[in-house]
Amino acid sequence: MSRLAAFGRFWWDFVIGDDWVVAVLVVVAIGATAALAAAGVAAWWLLPLAVLAVLWLSLRRAIRSA
Amino acid sequence: MSTGNTFLVLSAFLASGVEFVEALTIVLAAGLARGWRSALTGLGAATLVLAVTVAALGPALTVIPLQGLRLVVGGLLLVFGLQWLRKAILRASGYKALHDEDAIFARELADARGAAHLERGGVDWYGFTLAFKGVLLEGLEVVFIVLTFGSAQGSVPLAAVGAAAALVLVAGVGIAVRAPLARVPENWMKFAVGVMLTTFGIFWSAEGAGADWPGSDASLLGVLGFVVLSSILCVRLLQRERRSVLRTVEA
Repeated sequence: MSRLAAFGRFWWDFVIGDDWVVAVLVVVAIGATAALAAAGVAAWWLLPLAVLAVLWLSLRRAIRSA
Repeated sequence: MSTGNTFLVLSAFLASGVEFVEALTIVLAAGLARGWRSALTGLGAATLVLAVTVAALGPALTVIPLQGLRLVVGGLLLVFGLQWLRKAILRASGYKALHDEDAIFARELADARGAAHLERGGVDWYGFTLAFKGVLLEGLEVVFIVLTFGSAQGSVPLAAVGAAAALVLVAGVGIAVRAPLARVPENWMKFAVGVMLTTFGIFWSAEGAGADWPGSDASLLGVLGFVVLSSILCVRLLQRERRSVLRTVEA
């Protein structure tokens, strides 16, 4: 069980890392892009802007918690 | 070679290169402190496990529909890339200590020399485990990079070429100098990898979500430019803020 937990922890640390909020916001941004695209609206611009906002938010969180 | 494929090889090369430098540091520490036989046995065993993993996962990825794969892989790369980019920006702006391969090597070496000897079949168990774990963990990251980049762009072999070139370069230099590759500008490589992963992540997850990029693959260059400029802007803003805080503390 401890090996399984260690394996899970490795992948969590590897993919999600220190800030799980980034993962949640990225999923929300991708969902919003999919919704816009499904509605027939040009959606390519949304993710770059969302990523910039998420990056800045995550940097602020990292500095605050340091 | 198309823009997408050029980016693919370059990204796989840079991202894998960073992981290989880290694996080399651990193997060198294990070899120098506990003997080369144990370290190389650990290296070989980890390589075998990685080969089995690639053989099992590689074909499975090719049967997943490309759009679904791009959505999942793009999302994963975006989360993963933002993690690298955030650390790189924090390092570049002075909020986080720079990654020092020499210091990591010295620490691994001291730990390895201090550990008790336990031999099985002529192989020192500590040296074997240290090399095995190091190569397996860093190698799994390379496997993840090659399979995800390659399958989402439609060419695992091209991604493997990028990773193989990085392996040959890092292993060649490592064997030649038998010392950690401290001169490799690892912090800048990590910055570049963070930028590349984030760029691919944005591009593929938007495509997977059903968005159409103006100019198709060529828009990768535009996304790359946007991510680079955004990162530089973040570094500049944080540097200015840090200087201001330091001045206030000193006053």
